[in-house]
Amino acid sequence: MIREPLIFEISARGKRAFVLPKLDVPEDKDLLKGLPLRDEIRGFPEVSEVEVVRHFTRLSQTNYCVDTTFYPLGSCTMKYSPKVNEKVAAMESFLFSHPYAPEELVQGNLEILKTTEDMLGEITGMDAFTLQPSAGAQGELVGMMIIRAFLEKRGDARQVVLIPDSAHGTNPSSAHICGYRVEEIKSNEKGTIDLASLDRAMTERVAALMITNPNTLGIFESDILKIAEIVHARGGLLYMDGANLNALVGRFRPGDMGVDVIHLNLHKTFSTPHGGGGPGAGPVGVKKELAAHLPIPVIVKSEQGYALNFDLPLSVGRVRSFFGNFLVIVKALAYVLSLGPEGLKEVADVAVLNANYIRKSLENVYHLKYTTSTLHECVFSDKFQKEHGVQNIDIAKRLIDFGVHPPTMSFPLIVPGALMIEPTETESKRDLDTFIEAMKKIAREAAEMPAVVKTAPHTSYVRRLDETTAARNPILRWEGKIKE
Amino acid sequence: MSYVSLSEKEKKEMMATLGINSLDDLFCCLPAEVQLKRRLEIPAALTEPELVSSFEKIGRKNAAPGMLSFLGAGAYPHVIPHVVDYLSSRGEFVSPYTPYQPEASQGTLQVIFEYQTLICQLTDMDISNASLYDGASAAAEAMLMAHRVSGKSKVLIARTVHPQYKEVIRTYIKNLGLRAEEVAFTESGRLDPEDLTRKIDTETATVLCQSPNFMGVIEDLDKIGAIVHNSQALFVVAVAEPASLGLLKPPGACGADIVTGEGQSFGIPLSFGGPTLGFMACRKDFLRQFPGRIASQTKDVDGNRGFVLTLSTREQHIRREKATSNICTNQAWCALRATIFLETLGPAGLCELAIQNVHKANYAMVKLSGLKGVRKKFSGPVFNEFVCEFDGGWERVDEHLKSKGILGGLRLAPLYPELKDCALLCVTEVHTREEIDHLVGFVAEVLR
Repeated sequence: MIREPLIFEISARGKRAFVLPKLDVPEDKDLLKGLPLRDEIRGFPEVSEVEVVRHFTRLSQTNYCVDTTFYPLGSCTMKYSPKVNEKVAAMESFLFSHPYAPEELVQGNLEILKTTEDMLGEITGMDAFTLQPSAGAQGELVGMMIIRAFLEKRGDARQVVLIPDSAHGTNPSSAHICGYRVEEIKSNEKGTIDLASLDRAMTERVAALMITNPNTLGIFESDILKIAEIVHARGGLLYMDGANLNALVGRFRPGDMGVDVIHLNLHKTFSTPHGGGGPGAGPVGVKKELAAHLPIPVIVKSEQGYALNFDLPLSVGRVRSFFGNFLVIVKALAYVLSLGPEGLKEVADVAVLNANYIRKSLENVYHLKYTTSTLHECVFSDKFQKEHGVQNIDIAKRLIDFGVHPPTMSFPLIVPGALMIEPTETESKRDLDTFIEAMKKIAREAAEMPAVVKTAPHTSYVRRLDETTAARNPILRWEGKIKE
Repeated sequence: MSYVSLSEKEKKEMMATLGINSLDDLFCCLPAEVQLKRRLEIPAALTEPELVSSFEKIGRKNAAPGMLSFLGAGAYPHVIPHVVDYLSSRGEFVSPYTPYQPEASQGTLQVIFEYQTLICQLTDMDISNASLYDGASAAAEAMLMAHRVSGKSKVLIARTVHPQYKEVIRTYIKNLGLRAEEVAFTESGRLDPEDLTRKIDTETATVLCQSPNFMGVIEDLDKIGAIVHNSQALFVVAVAEPASLGLLKPPGACGADIVTGEGQSFGIPLSFGGPTLGFMACRKDFLRQFPGRIASQTKDVDGNRGFVLTLSTREQHIRREKATSNICTNQAWCALRATIFLETLGPAGLCELAIQNVHKANYAMVKLSGLKGVRKKFSGPVFNEFVCEFDGGWERVDEHLKSKGILGGLRLAPLYPELKDCALLCVTEVHTREEIDHLVGFVAEVLR
């Protein structure tokens, strides 16, 4: 196999891949004399255009991705990203819009933002949205800030946020960065929030309960109405991590279930591409009592058109520059408009059907710690395979040999040896069956020839990588010298 | 349009496998009383051609992108080599996620490793992360990091740091018991060292300045760094216009402890402000307090080189509330574009680009301030932006320019009341001499 070198290793002095037009104003050597100038940029690569193109093309070919393979990464909703949305977002009228352009000259952009806010409001049953947060985690932080501002305004500053032990790690981290102390709520034997524990923990010190629904096991919190009642009765607020909205869209709305604040991940439910890890977008929706605390600016529509309102004295402030990840928002709006109401409902229906089909097909082959019925994803464990010394990581790596991206591993934390599988609605039965067969074959291998699984992957660009040494002695940059 | 891949027959087969008759049965565990009993009130589905034409129609309501623009202020127009668009649009880069499974994600990981190396080389720092959301939130993360490293709670911020960066910092720190104070600027447009010396004390965690600063003026980082380190505080430099790093002495060579910035100038279109990327680099002793994803080189079982995400014990998925930051994903695809951009330009291209920016901005500044009724506001050296003061105020000049199809610059009064009649103008390599002359000509028409 050809191993792609680092660009620095193929660099050689004097090569160029791009040339600027000649300077067309008078050159003035004295101009530079007054400036603090740098030495040459040590080690910076010098290559030709074809070398750049081959370098990145070859590197791209070593990636597994949704466009080439089934990618059932649980909790990440790796659905297919429609290509027309890329085309729409790449229109010059959006791409070349300066964020400081006067409002009257970017009415189209403001219309897109306002329309998206309104549609997300309808889809989730919330009253107002901000599109500013750059990602789900930033959305969580903004949601927490809004809750804090609301409670402080009420003269009721509280100190604690309750979070179930099945939650994504960003939840406690976001609450902490908002200045809250985190207390964990244990899940019960069904994999859901234990009402008795919640009842005990939900005191006047608690600002909010932060839930994910369906939770990270794919289980819907069927006591949601009681949960909301307990939280509200003690003066707290209910925050919902909307990472798993894909299971509900068109059928159930968080706003109808007592949720006060929600964040969404446009790169999950709304199909914007994941880009190798961003950019995403994490809009936050609130009930009207909380709308005064949304980040600035807020977009308002009047008869004169769309305008930006910066004058919100109760706002939590600004959380990033400009208006959020605008082009991501354009793609999400395009997605909603192309699916329409029926298409969105079909998303939830088929996402849940696909996940349950996988669960049913594998339920005797892999261990299911929680047997409660699930929606859009299911979490198996390696309990059966461990008897043969094979762990979830081995199963995941072996899947790579079968041309499938592995599921999410070792999460949620309440399932030891977890394999969290989320197929999404865009996968064909053929792809699901191929995956199921691969999982069954791996289970057989684990019993009959575990070494094959434990040393996987065998056919990938690199074989199993040493992550321990990397953490102990990290090499975080290239330190060599460019060839003369 | 539907992107579902199941035929009706397949759906039925799968339902038979599950022993259900209706898809509704899959949702039987949800409380029926809150089930949505109506259709969502959103418009009916559009086909692809309808979708495209509806967005074209909305796009036509944006006049600004077709105008000659001299707006900068944290979002800069620069050349983007075609290979950046071509390569970054490959599905293998667009459609994977965070490289949690390194054996199936070497492309993404090697790009991050190269990106980290390039950022270190440009800033002259030891280590870089895999990118953050944007320049503003990266500056806020730097403040939190300085607080963790120093254990101190006062942060000093130059008044000439991008106003939105300052706003975001205030939003991030206000619930954590940190307090921020501003450091004034002088008539040169640079940070006032006397004011800094007055305000810095043993409680100061960090001093943040930006260079080139919001007024376009290049700071004397060596001098500021010396004052900061004299007080044992951490020196953080924000770089909102990283094209300057092709030419100017990097913050790392001026004693910066953390360098943070906005990467939009590197191959990312203006995009109405997002998505872009935030970058962050620091000294290696702060590694354990560094926020965000980091890629490391390692070996596979055959001894071949490979790359992995590392040091996840800093991160939220392991440490939960004790993590260095709540950030999960980076802006990988934007960092990919920056990497392709930088590797395509190379040192000569980046340096030439920076030199052209200095020349063209100075050409425009000299021409404009040569007009009667226009004055250059600050005496300090500039990179590709500058502030001018206009007799009778900026608004009437701006209105005239708009009527001629030109976005002339940013009015500063709402952001800096003390700069009442001033505007910030940006000139880069994308502006031709003819366009600059047009601008100057139309400004002259107003003031004549």
